[in-house]
Amino acid sequence: MSPSEAVTVGPRLRTKRYPLALFRSELHLVFGRARSWALLGVLAAVPILIGSAIRFAGGGGDAEGFLGQVAGNGFFLIVASLALSLPFFLPTAVTVMSGESLAGEASLGTFRNLLTAPAGRSRLLAAKMVSLALFCLAATMTIWISGLIVGFVLFPVGDVLLLSGTTVSLGDGLLRALGIAVLIAASLLGLAGIGLFVSSLTSTPLAAMAATFGTFVVLGILSAIPQIDVIHPWLLMYGWLSFADLMRDPPYWDAIGRNLLLQAGYLAVFYAAAWARITSRDING
Amino acid sequence: MSTLSEPPVVTHGLTKRFRGGQVAVNAIDLEVPAGSVFGFLGPNGSGKTTTIRMLLGLIAPTAGSVELLGESMPKAQLRVLPRVGALVEGPAFYPFWSGQANLLRFDAADRTADPRTRKARAGEALERVGLSNAARKKVRAYSLGMRQRLAIAVALMQRRELLVLDEPTNGLDPQGTREVRHLLRELAADGTTIFTSTHLLAEVEQVCTHAAVMSLGRLVRQSTVADLRAELRPRLVVRTPDLGQAAETLKSLGVTDLKTTAETVEGDAGELPIEKFAAALVAADVRIHGFGLERPSLEEAFVALTGEGFDVAQ
Repeated sequence: MSPSEAVTVGPRLRTKRYPLALFRSELHLVFGRARSWALLGVLAAVPILIGSAIRFAGGGGDAEGFLGQVAGNGFFLIVASLALSLPFFLPTAVTVMSGESLAGEASLGTFRNLLTAPAGRSRLLAAKMVSLALFCLAATMTIWISGLIVGFVLFPVGDVLLLSGTTVSLGDGLLRALGIAVLIAASLLGLAGIGLFVSSLTSTPLAAMAATFGTFVVLGILSAIPQIDVIHPWLLMYGWLSFADLMRDPPYWDAIGRNLLLQAGYLAVFYAAAWARITSRDING
Repeated sequence: MSTLSEPPVVTHGLTKRFRGGQVAVNAIDLEVPAGSVFGFLGPNGSGKTTTIRMLLGLIAPTAGSVELLGESMPKAQLRVLPRVGALVEGPAFYPFWSGQANLLRFDAADRTADPRTRKARAGEALERVGLSNAARKKVRAYSLGMRQRLAIAVALMQRRELLVLDEPTNGLDPQGTREVRHLLRELAADGTTIFTSTHLLAEVEQVCTHAAVMSLGRLVRQSTVADLRAELRPRLVVRTPDLGQAAETLKSLGVTDLKTTAETVEGDAGELPIEKFAAALVAADVRIHGFGLERPSLEEAFVALTGEGFDVAQ
């Protein structure tokens, strides 16, 4: 800088605030990375895998439920793919992203740059959570879109026969499938909250991912032990299958509502724990 | 108006005790004058980086207080830190992003930073540190020196009143080091207060107006560089093959703290009239190869203060 450009140092009148810039930047970080696209790519491959298997292996099997209807109506590929991704692929993707969220910044050392910027610890945590929630939605929407395309290419499509026995138009069905995608994304929020909290504890993303996935597996095992069914309604995945109730006419909202409440509870508890941790943590990395 | 007379960095009894019980920083009282280039010196492990982390609110002090630009830290950090440029413990970036993208990200984290001027400011900052040509390269491909420059560019994204830089010339080649020092002088000339930690005494001698010396978590000295240097009393050095004779003569003339090396006899001549010494030595048949006053370097002062060289403090 030449001396002529020199300005006396004083308080600059930067009175305007742009609090959302960090959130945009966070989305850029999540969706501007090859790894995220790889994860979404894997999810997009689920309908392709299921669709090709059913289309080219012949319809000899006696699959039940949504899967059994795919050959007759490509629409069901969307719902079947979402349902089949829920126990493993989607939680894995959410585990990777949430485990990475804070621990990734800590391991790169970028945490200190963000805090001295200053991002503000609470705001940074909020930005991380919002971007995680949007990733969950992007994940289920990816399956929805891929299922739609593959289903329409490989199979005949038509009116949709609901679980309650009534038939609705394809457009109505697609809207319901969209609703299912949103519900499943919301079902992943509890796990995302756990991942965010675990990620706030460590500077090693891989450890955070492993611990989050371990927690998920333990909750899954507990869900499978009938002797302790008294605690089952409080376990993370108890209401995960409630999305199917959207495929009734009229939809059953009870289980759906209870699941959303449970996810909100998990999210609130673990988000609060992450907040307590992150606002008091010494950033030595 | 935050006036220029108010010291931008003040600490009182600042202490950090780590969970293991180790006291990394022990009750230090820093006062960095406005407009100064303040060298924060100390061997590795003396508590410099821990102090800097406390100044910036990254870690909480066990005891004591920090005031940055007149406001209490870390309480006022969201108000204060936009006016402070910082580089803490080496450069840290997203390796999968370009240098420019990294700058934009950290600038976006500051809610007072105008998004409309963000790209232009990033361009300027990159130019000032000589990285314009590498702006779009991924940081993964940067050398350590380039990362160090990029870290300085982060601090230069806005006009700052205070720069807190932890070893800013670390990893730079001699040319890069010169450039960064030149940049610091320019910034200081604009009125920016610069607080820079270093273990390079040459750096302090070349750019700093003030210095503080840390040793084992304690602040052992804090003054202007000129004062620090003035305190180093020049020593009388006589180069001669007749060591014993020379030492005896000097002693008889009142020189104290005599030391004999392989080729020289040195001592503290105090206020004695040394112009008469040469004649006295010659009269005593001492062959003189060299004779004069030598001012110790800042490095020797540093060793005297910390009781050690650059070894890691335990």
